Amino acid sequence: MTAARPKLEVEKLNAWFGTTRALKDISLGVQARSVLAIIGPSGCGKSTFVRCLNRMHELTPGARSEGTVLLDGEDLFSGGMDPVRLRRRVGMVFQRPNVFPTMSIRENVLAGLKLNGVRGDYETIVQKTLQQTALWDEVKDRLGESGMRLSGGQQQRLCIARALAVEPEVLLMDEPASALDPIATAKVEELIDELKEHYTIVIVTHNMQQAIRVSEYTAFFYMGELIEYGTTKKIFTHPERRQTEDYVTGKFG
Amino acid sequence: MKEQADPMAAEMPRAVARRTPSPYRWRRATNAIMTGLCALMVAIAVVPLISILYLVISRGIGSLSLTFFTHLPAPVGETGGGIGNALVGTLYIVGLACFIGLPFGIGAGVFLAERGDGKLGHAVRFTAEVLSGVPSVIIGVVAYGLVVMPMHRFSAIAGAVALGILMVPTLARSTEEMVRLVPRSLREASLALGVPAWKTSLFVVLRTSLGGLVNAALLSVARAAGETAPLLFTALNNQYWNFRPDQPTASLTVQIYNYAISPYEDWHQKAWGAALCLLLLVGLLSLTARALAGRRQTGPA
Amino acid sequence: MEKAHHTSREFERELRTLRDRLLSMAGRAEQQIARALESISNRDDELAATVIAEDVKIDQDELEIDEQAFLILARRQPVASDLRFLMLALKIVTDLERIGDLAVNIAKRERDLKRYAPAPASRRIELLGQKVLTALQQTLDAFVAEDADAAEQVIANDTEIDALNMHLIADVISDENQSAQDVARSLALSSVSRYLERIGDHTTNIAEMIIYYVRGRDVRHHGPPRKAQ
Repeated sequence: MTAARPKLEVEKLNAWFGTTRALKDISLGVQARSVLAIIGPSGCGKSTFVRCLNRMHELTPGARSEGTVLLDGEDLFSGGMDPVRLRRRVGMVFQRPNVFPTMSIRENVLAGLKLNGVRGDYETIVQKTLQQTALWDEVKDRLGESGMRLSGGQQQRLCIARALAVEPEVLLMDEPASALDPIATAKVEELIDELKEHYTIVIVTHNMQQAIRVSEYTAFFYMGELIEYGTTKKIFTHPERRQTEDYVTGKFG
Repeated sequence: MKEQADPMAAEMPRAVARRTPSPYRWRRATNAIMTGLCALMVAIAVVPLISILYLVISRGIGSLSLTFFTHLPAPVGETGGGIGNALVGTLYIVGLACFIGLPFGIGAGVFLAERGDGKLGHAVRFTAEVLSGVPSVIIGVVAYGLVVMPMHRFSAIAGAVALGILMVPTLARSTEEMVRLVPRSLREASLALGVPAWKTSLFVVLRTSLGGLVNAALLSVARAAGETAPLLFTALNNQYWNFRPDQPTASLTVQIYNYAISPYEDWHQKAWGAALCLLLLVGLLSLTARALAGRRQTGPA
Repeated sequence: MEKAHHTSREFERELRTLRDRLLSMAGRAEQQIARALESISNRDDELAATVIAEDVKIDQDELEIDEQAFLILARRQPVASDLRFLMLALKIVTDLERIGDLAVNIAKRERDLKRYAPAPASRRIELLGQKVLTALQQTLDAFVAEDADAAEQVIANDTEIDALNMHLIADVISDENQSAQDVARSLALSSVSRYLERIGDHTTNIAEMIIYYVRGRDVRHHGPPRKAQ
């Protein structure tokens, strides 16, 4: 483990939906170019946590968050941080593929760039990101077709390509493979393995085996609290907390 | 389960149905009666439509000719002439009305869908509902007060304002419905890419619901094209061609009205022709809307 | 301590079955050692023959446990303590099977020793045998109680067993006044001593695995055990 500064530092993060507290004093660090898996039973706050990291949480009516989240030392919640700009540095992939239905595959990939008026060599970007997501060979002859014609697994990979085209530093993935069949899941996991060379990844998953396969670090959440955080190996071979042990061995949740 | 087949069993149902009044028989009878009643209702509802179509087509078809479409009306007492200026006038006024009605209507609809859950949203929605119930002649009076009086003249623009106001409420509600159909996940996907909220509304949400919006717009235009009362004291009428917004302009609906109440048989004839013309115009708009709705993906798959 | 149960009762049952089988196999191994030693003390041919015949059951146990563990691994993909338990099961099964084989080897020596008069060293063999048997019993108790400290104690005590063995062999083979018969007897005795010492080593292996299971720390090949935190 390096002693370098973590890419993301979270300190006493709290989040509310109206008066209900969803996150209680979460503090952890995410190492650069590594994969952090967030596990925990339904409703434990995993998705809420991740949505705080790119300030999407506050978009829900009545939702708010407090605390410190540092990205390379910069406070995400400070007045000077523009949430829109932040989301270009911290990208997100959702549980269900959400390809833009009226746009072609090419337009989907470039959506984040074109809508923000970012100029660039579009064709190269399209090819590069689709190659990164192992989609290029399957769609290179039909980039002008609607994105909705692809299978579920392909659509999800297209969404990942779209997120990568914006060149974020951190990629948040909220159960990205839960709606996919096993082969598509395997492809997404392989993709994550390759992506972690360049990106810092935080993945929410309810699939323990997936967490073991893809991540170096794991954080276990329960009822809005961070119960345990450590290397994936430790969490799944000899965790320190009884609750963690009980959860990963399937005694609850 | 009985092992032996009862030879009587097969005969029983038919015999029973024929001889004894069973509940099954009553149910079948009730079903037949109700179905018949429904068919009758449909016929009653369709009859007026068919009779209108028949009437207008049969009486108006005789008047249609190239002259009819392209010539100005003949002076009083003379025969001949056409409704060229009225036809063009309707297109002109409705076209102008679109510039007013479409942006406000669609804009209001988008606002209601995206941010319409607060007090302002409720107020706007309530206003739209009330407005849609206001008789069109009242809208005409309002336009008279707003445009005709300050300008001291009747004009096409006054008519356009009246029709535009008319278009807004229904268009706003339809737009709101179509935009609400766009799933939240698409909005979130766009926001997560770092696209500002206003651009998300415009270029993602609106684009996705475009098919439905075009449909709604065409239908509201069709409705506006068929209005008479608001134009009576805003655009008034004009015997000649007019392309200036500040002058009174002829329109199909007003022309039909004028011709119909006149004492001249020739003009009555022309009224039927004009009515057929209007019917075709509105029908064309509606059919186009329908065709487009069928072809495009109006919302998410 | 109130233990939570796996949500899947079937899984819970599978783990319990595995555990029971392990304990029964260990019990059998214990019994084999005890009987082998008894057959030498009492010069009992029949008992020795029984020990040799019963070994097949231990081999059977090994196959069954391996299969059970394999199925659990495939079906349940266990993690954390469950995974460590599986590792424990697979590893100690080998040790227990070897212990069984060593008991058989001891029983085979019974016939050799029967021909000769009891040697002075026989007492020491009995003592060594007792210590080895006790060590195994203590290890199994530690397993049942999930007591890593007790397991550490067993590992510490093994040095004593090694020492006893070495002295015994040294004395037996260095005895000057030996007839040809004496030499033959000495060889048999030193064999038994060595077997017992190896049983002690296998027992130590089992104890190390128990520490791994309970504490989650691998203490194998690390020399003398360190105190727990």
